[in-house]
Amino acid sequence: MKPILEIQKISKKFRINHEQQPYLSLRDSVSNIFKSKNTKEDFWALKDVSFDLMPGDTLGIIGKNGAGKSTLLKILSKITPPTSGKIIGRGRIASLLEVGTGFHPELSGRENIFMNGSILGMRKTEILKNFDAIIDFAGVEKFIDTPLKHYSSGMQLRLAFAVAAFLENEILIIDEVLAVGDAEFQKKCMGKMDDVSKSGRTIILVSHSMNAIQSLSSKGLYLKDGTTTGLTSVQTAVQNYFFGNELENSAYQQFNPDTVNKEAVLLEGKILNSKFEISSVIETSEDFYIEINWRNITGKNVTVSFELAKHNGIQVMWVANVNHDLTGEKSKEVGNYKTTAKIPANLINAGEYYFRIVLYNGINQELYDLKYNILNISIKDSMDSRSIARGNFTATFENYVLLPALEWTNSKLDF
Amino acid sequence: MEFEIKPQSKFSLGLKELWEYRELFYFFTWRDVKVKYKQTVLGFLWAIFQPIIMTMLFTLGFGKLISTNSQLSVPYPIFVLSGFLLWNIFSSGLSNAGNSMVNNANIIKKIYFPRLIVPISSILVSLIDFLMAFIVFIPVLFYYGCSFNASAFFLIPLSILLAVMATFGLGTFLAALNIKYRDFRYILPFFIQALLFATPVIYPIKISDNKWFQWILQLNPMNAPIELFRGSISESGLNYSSILTSICVSLILFVIGVVYFRRTEGYFADLA
Repeated sequence: MKPILEIQKISKKFRINHEQQPYLSLRDSVSNIFKSKNTKEDFWALKDVSFDLMPGDTLGIIGKNGAGKSTLLKILSKITPPTSGKIIGRGRIASLLEVGTGFHPELSGRENIFMNGSILGMRKTEILKNFDAIIDFAGVEKFIDTPLKHYSSGMQLRLAFAVAAFLENEILIIDEVLAVGDAEFQKKCMGKMDDVSKSGRTIILVSHSMNAIQSLSSKGLYLKDGTTTGLTSVQTAVQNYFFGNELENSAYQQFNPDTVNKEAVLLEGKILNSKFEISSVIETSEDFYIEINWRNITGKNVTVSFELAKHNGIQVMWVANVNHDLTGEKSKEVGNYKTTAKIPANLINAGEYYFRIVLYNGINQELYDLKYNILNISIKDSMDSRSIARGNFTATFENYVLLPALEWTNSKLDF
Repeated sequence: MEFEIKPQSKFSLGLKELWEYRELFYFFTWRDVKVKYKQTVLGFLWAIFQPIIMTMLFTLGFGKLISTNSQLSVPYPIFVLSGFLLWNIFSSGLSNAGNSMVNNANIIKKIYFPRLIVPISSILVSLIDFLMAFIVFIPVLFYYGCSFNASAFFLIPLSILLAVMATFGLGTFLAALNIKYRDFRYILPFFIQALLFATPVIYPIKISDNKWFQWILQLNPMNAPIELFRGSISESGLNYSSILTSICVSLILFVIGVVYFRRTEGYFADLA
């Protein structure tokens, strides 16, 4: 079977203008003739990216902001041409780089379905065929003849996604569009996407949600500064993103906060092992501590909280120091504070983890300071009898989040 | 269905692709027409009022003067109204088309379709306005005791076609330039206004004996459609050399516009 998409050495160059003008004007072009050209610099958004996709593959593209993900999608969607390289495709491509492209606030819901559908490349007959299903999926029957400007933003998003959900093209390109609407609608969308991928169509997906990427795609492409080492399994790509390439283990991080107009700021975060030493490697069988240093600037109630997440994106827990100080009353005075939490031994399974730290007001939930994706640590299984919950298995099971030492009982029954 | 994505190489009009996306012409035009008259009380009547009011103003202001200075073969109101009907295809079509790529930048940056659809559709909007106004033109024509002659069946469609071609050539050129140099957004209204006086809309070419003046008017791509249209209601003969000059200019602009547009359209999304 021939690949449905062959991407051969695609590169894309942008010229960055150091004067940072929003757009060119004729006068600049004319006056630039007489100027030296050294204010411009070439920037390669993509460099020699190659891979093949077979029909039915679902590909998740992963990378930091600016790694070239969106540029790759734009080239695949024919929105912008590559500087060099070639793509051969065998099928109709539909791209969804934005939900609701072409929506017009003055047109009614019905009219917008036709407008948006035809811009996405649907034929009028296709739209008519799916019309009732689209309205039903979006849940907007009552407002279908109301101008879009009177819709809530949630309704607009639902309508937009509903139209896109009924695209019947062989290749579907989706850029971070799943993060719309409320939880229920997101579930519906994910379900729909799952159906689409099961129906044997080829999907290319960009998302910052590793959960979405992992649950929807089978293959992964990890982009870093416009280059890639090639197609891998989605697990490998996610691992590369989090572990090998992007983040270095760091058990101590200093933040240099801007204190202007702030109520409270984070100063430092530390991970300490059971001997109270800063360490980015923790044994599953030892207690460890997270120490958060912060400053109360204006004397408001402050609650300290953190989230622990696994490197594949699974959120393990979000906890705050509320059992010790329910509303942050005890940290009300202006000054520097040190907040420590002990995470007990034999609770978290081996794996790569990172933290998110949040300072907020426990009374009105006002957010004061927030640090994402910090304090990257490895929790290691000691692989011996100290790991009381695992026993003497010779393998680790890093898919699991917990490795708790539960209280077991065992007694022989006499009947 | 196999396709290839490559850096731009040789030039093509992309007609096959335009045909594949033919439904989009309809939807873009339909959207612009709908939006244009949404929340207006008079709606489509605006397309009719504009040329009629202009005609009344010019008739009151200059009617006497121009009628006595040059031997018009039709009453002055008919002369001006027929001029404005066609001129409006050009003026509103050009200003819509010139701004169309910038106005639809959010769509262009997010999805692919043959880009020519955008300026063409915006010209079609002006054409629909023309058809509306044309319906009103007929009773006005009879009221002044004029009528179409036999050649009208041929001359009117031809004049409309030429007007659209003139608009299309300049329109696509300006649309492409405008996305790179936003100066054209400011030049455009001024340019259109100035051009009105270099077009035989409110006075005939022969109003002045100055050879240069007549020559400039003949070079105007809108000269041919307006002359041909008037040829369908008056019995006096057509000035073929002046019409052919105008058609040639129109054709040259058409080629320049389309080639420049197709050459640069690949980078619209990067520039918009």
